[in-house]
Amino acid sequence: MRIAGKGLNAGGAPVSFSFDGTIYEGREGDTLAAALLANDVRLVGRSFKYHRPRGILTAGSEEPNALVTLGTHAAQDPNIRATTQELYDGLAARSQNAWPSLKRDAMAVNDLMSPFLSAGFYYKTFMWPKSFWEKVYEPIIRRAAGLGAISGVTNEDTYEKAFAHCDVLVIGAGPAGLMAALVAAQAGADVILADEDSRMGGRLLAETYSVDGREGADWAADIVARLMAMDNVRLMTRTTITGAYDQGTFGALERVTHHTAATQAPRECFWRIVAKRSILCAGALERPIAFPNNDRPGIMTAGAVRAYLNRWGVAPGKSVTIFANNDDAHRTAVDLVEAGVKVAGVIDSRADVQALGDYPIFTNGKVVGTKGRLGLESITVQHSGGTRDIRTDCLAMSGGWNPTVHLTCHMNGRPTWNDDILSFVPTDGAIPDMTVAGAARGVFSTHGCLEDGIAAARAVVDTLGLDAVAVDTPSADDSAYRIEPLWQVEGKGRKWLDFQNDVHVKDIKLAAQENFRSVEHMKRYTTQGMATDQGKNSNVAALAVLADATGRGIPETGTTTFRPPYAPVSIAAMGAGAQGHGFAPERHMTSHQATLDRGAPMIEAGLWYRPSYFPKQGETTWLESCNREVGMVRNTVGICDVSTLGKIDIQGPDAAAFLDFVYCNTFSTLKEYRVRYGLMLREDGHVMDDGTTARLGANHYVMTTTTAAAGQVMKHLDWVSQALRPDLDVRFASVTEQWAQFAVAGPKSRDLLNTVLDADIDGESWPFMACGDVSIGGIVGRLFRISFSGEHAYEVSVPARFGASLFRQLCAQAEAMGGGVYGMEALNVLRIEKGFITHSEIHGRVSAFDIGFGRMVSQKKDCIGNAASQRPGLLEAEREQLVGFKPVDKAEKLTAGAHLFVEGADAVRLNDQGYVTSVCHSPTLGHDLALGFLRDGANRHGETVMMVDHLRGVKTLCEVCHPVFFDPDNTRAKETSNG
Amino acid sequence: MRLPCPLCGDRDRREFYYQGHAVALDRPARDAGDGAWDDYLHNRDNIAGEVRDLWHHEAGCGAWIEVTRNTVTHVVSGARLVRGTAK
Amino acid sequence: MARLIANTPCAGLLPKTIGSVSLSEVDAGVVTLVAPFNGQQKAVSDALKSAIGVGFVAPNRCVGTSPRVMWCGMGQALVMGVDCPDLPAQCVDHSDAWAIVRIDGAGADAVLARLTPIDLRASVFKKGHTARTLIGHMTGGITRLGAQSFEVMVMRSMAATLVHELVQAAENMDARAGLSA
Repeated sequence: MRIAGKGLNAGGAPVSFSFDGTIYEGREGDTLAAALLANDVRLVGRSFKYHRPRGILTAGSEEPNALVTLGTHAAQDPNIRATTQELYDGLAARSQNAWPSLKRDAMAVNDLMSPFLSAGFYYKTFMWPKSFWEKVYEPIIRRAAGLGAISGVTNEDTYEKAFAHCDVLVIGAGPAGLMAALVAAQAGADVILADEDSRMGGRLLAETYSVDGREGADWAADIVARLMAMDNVRLMTRTTITGAYDQGTFGALERVTHHTAATQAPRECFWRIVAKRSILCAGALERPIAFPNNDRPGIMTAGAVRAYLNRWGVAPGKSVTIFANNDDAHRTAVDLVEAGVKVAGVIDSRADVQALGDYPIFTNGKVVGTKGRLGLESITVQHSGGTRDIRTDCLAMSGGWNPTVHLTCHMNGRPTWNDDILSFVPTDGAIPDMTVAGAARGVFSTHGCLEDGIAAARAVVDTLGLDAVAVDTPSADDSAYRIEPLWQVEGKGRKWLDFQNDVHVKDIKLAAQENFRSVEHMKRYTTQGMATDQGKNSNVAALAVLADATGRGIPETGTTTFRPPYAPVSIAAMGAGAQGHGFAPERHMTSHQATLDRGAPMIEAGLWYRPSYFPKQGETTWLESCNREVGMVRNTVGICDVSTLGKIDIQGPDAAAFLDFVYCNTFSTLKEYRVRYGLMLREDGHVMDDGTTARLGANHYVMTTTTAAAGQVMKHLDWVSQALRPDLDVRFASVTEQWAQFAVAGPKSRDLLNTVLDADIDGESWPFMACGDVSIGGIVGRLFRISFSGEHAYEVSVPARFGASLFRQLCAQAEAMGGGVYGMEALNVLRIEKGFITHSEIHGRVSAFDIGFGRMVSQKKDCIGNAASQRPGLLEAEREQLVGFKPVDKAEKLTAGAHLFVEGADAVRLNDQGYVTSVCHSPTLGHDLALGFLRDGANRHGETVMMVDHLRGVKTLCEVCHPVFFDPDNTRAKETSNG
Repeated sequence: MRLPCPLCGDRDRREFYYQGHAVALDRPARDAGDGAWDDYLHNRDNIAGEVRDLWHHEAGCGAWIEVTRNTVTHVVSGARLVRGTAK
Repeated sequence: MARLIANTPCAGLLPKTIGSVSLSEVDAGVVTLVAPFNGQQKAVSDALKSAIGVGFVAPNRCVGTSPRVMWCGMGQALVMGVDCPDLPAQCVDHSDAWAIVRIDGAGADAVLARLTPIDLRASVFKKGHTARTLIGHMTGGITRLGAQSFEVMVMRSMAATLVHELVQAAENMDARAGLSA
């Protein structure tokens, strides 16, 4: 029911929205919860386990009940708290966890079954038969118990993440937070003030308190305006600080467009805020009282009733009752009476209290029962004067206030019990460099909060070396907070604690009875506090019940901890931007566009995009294209962009000594303008990477790494140079990106190059493994006569700006000569035919010995991995060693990943003899080939073994052979003729 | 989490690559024997308290740094460049 | 004989204006990575100073406009916009190694705050400051040229991703600007 002229948004324009298909009118500035209550909608959802009718309990993000779904299809957003969702025109909300309708929910039968569904019932009931666990029980339980559902359709919304830095982060913009931010900002600190509400002011927006002689909300608006005018202040509304992390890092969720129908801007932004200091002014949360059937729609916290009345001009009932154990709740009665709403009575559990206004009061009072199936109709009260029923459609309850200590627990801090306020307060130093002020540390009066905010900020700016400007504490209410313990009320019916997970007092007692006495065990046994609200308004009362049931005090019983996030964070926000092209950087070669133009499918090699094969007209399978490309290289000439290989320029007086130390073989003996194959070990003796290194001068080398290991090798060289051999005067830098490099491979490679080079080359001046500068159209490039195909081949490089241009010209020339461009599939076949290894073979568990390069580990010098590589275990013959495999029946298939067994042996793990790492169909030899590792393989050439691929159901008898299948003497690559 | 790079200042943890205990700085001689090499390569204590760890400022200046950090409190009490400090 | 045509890393991708910020490609001219050998930093600095007027730079600093010297890692700097003289240092041509994008206009810092974890506040990251850091998932460098003017550089092969990330962040900022309070 809306009260005319009442509320901070009293002048707000009408807004049309719908709930479960019914159209209602709300008001600009409303939350969905406020608008529903204004329309007398009390039933908004069904509970998680028992499908009990539930209404709105709170007016903030701690809300356990009023969860709704917004949007449909890809934009479907479940579990939105109606208490924080701002209203906008056209908003369409649906209730959750109810079928066929909210009012007639079939699963409400669970509630009748409740005696059988007590805490731990899953563990006790669904024990047998075991085969039912996954197929029968779990689907049933999952369907029955639950919150909102996701759509299952890809979310097309944009999400964002961002970083912010400040000197002082103030969390919460109530009276304490506003003063803290003002004092810190006036001292010159860079301040971020964050609040999860759409409007700053905290409880001042929900109360009738005056500050400095003015309405609290107006005073707050003034401070906000002053802060906004300062350029060292950033105000972040609709932003929840979700976690406190190491070294002053905070997570925060900003809800950017939830309050509008806008679809262009990001929906949410996940912030990482780094603050030198933080001041937690998160306020306090009110707790309910556990009395029988305290969960009916219409039963709310007393502070929430004030919030709806004062902020949104909504009376949540026509005849309101109040049940409390503290003075604060009496304000609800005062405010209601003042607004002309009937207060049917205040039931106060204490003996010695007086009414603060014109309303009936029942001292020594308790609510022992409630009625109303889909909404509260009446309550039964026991008090000093006896027992009576009171008709009421809204009961405002208050069991006291719990400081919002959550963030102070995120780094393992445990809060401390405070007997004065009967709640936990933050422990000093729980978060380094965080100060807590105001209600968050149990200071409950408005004046106290203002004063505390000022004091906290003064102390904080002092530690930053800044001088605080003197500020007078604004005048405000300073009445004491009086409270007496009241956790539960005896009586018939369940006394609910955790509304979101449907945990009641008896569940806690049962846990204690079954010896789950530790608070952590009780939590897990009952699921108390394990819902998305983390038990914000129920944990303290549950602890009190457990303490009572186990005969201990609350401090001895202890408390469970709170973990991030403070309020739920969507996965989409945390992974913001990582959809599609944003998932990972894409590295494009200079030939990228030309490659796409030729219709080549791309494959990812690390971050690089490389062509798989280049289909020609009429080719229908990748294998056809691949076979043609292999033939092209073997018979004429092929072009391949190999720019992705890591290239590291190494210079310095000790460059040669450095290379001798990082490679297991020797580079100091390499002649200038020559290239050598190098093998790099890890310190544990296993192979790290391989590649060729060229010597361009006495103190100048260029190392190549594999595409996959380029980053790892660079980091390794940094390590060796900085940590192990700082005595060596050497410098290195990546030049991978500076040069575009192309393989020109095949019998006609030299002929092709002579069409593009400014000066012809011949076999004498450019023998196998030669290198040096060349000129191409007046541009200085580099030429390396190296071969990864086994053919007479070169790699030619030019500065990257000319890469695309050179690639097109090389391809055109190759095609004119009967060759063309080739991709990764053909490159792979060419290297397998030659037994050249890649990271399929040097996968991290193999030694130089295993790949047949044991003698490359020079014993004339120390090098990385030298000592460890000589351990007996890395040299024994029984190790699996690199060999080649051919099918005995040439028509049969080989598969990568298959395992090897002695013929006739069972294909089981114990009989495993090795495995296959690389496989191809060789068009050159006309059958499949494989590389792999076989136990004692070097001594078993000529034997047959059974290759078994359990995954693909392939079984092939293979002949073991030398890993080099084609041109074992390397005569083609070493070609010297000048013809 | 943030680490103090001696060259770049306080930086977000995501810029760093984690290597492990700073014992890796004390590389044994080639002929130090299997025991010394096993300790160097593989044997590590799992310390609750102050540790010296190696980190590489991979997405920053490229420096290897030794960070003193408490595994219980998460306090980072210092960092120094590895260059010039190793044996 | 071949005739080679040059392409810039962001060819076809830039310039772009999105809301209040504009993105444009920077041609830094000749770029040489300089890493002085052991004990040669002063000699390198002196030689640079006399040859191009700007010495070797301290970490996180960028000095000069054209030519300029930009720190780019431990013991390394980029000499930009001029042929590098002979130096007792590793000198490597990096003219083609980087994609460099300039971002100008109100909110340029806010756009970058979507992509980099470093502290970009003007009081901390001043004109002439440069940082090696992350831009999205890419390693690279950010240099402040003015109040709302920055230069972002990443590996050349990532030019398209850099533009994609900057454009996405700028579009998000622009869309936010259009929201009602």
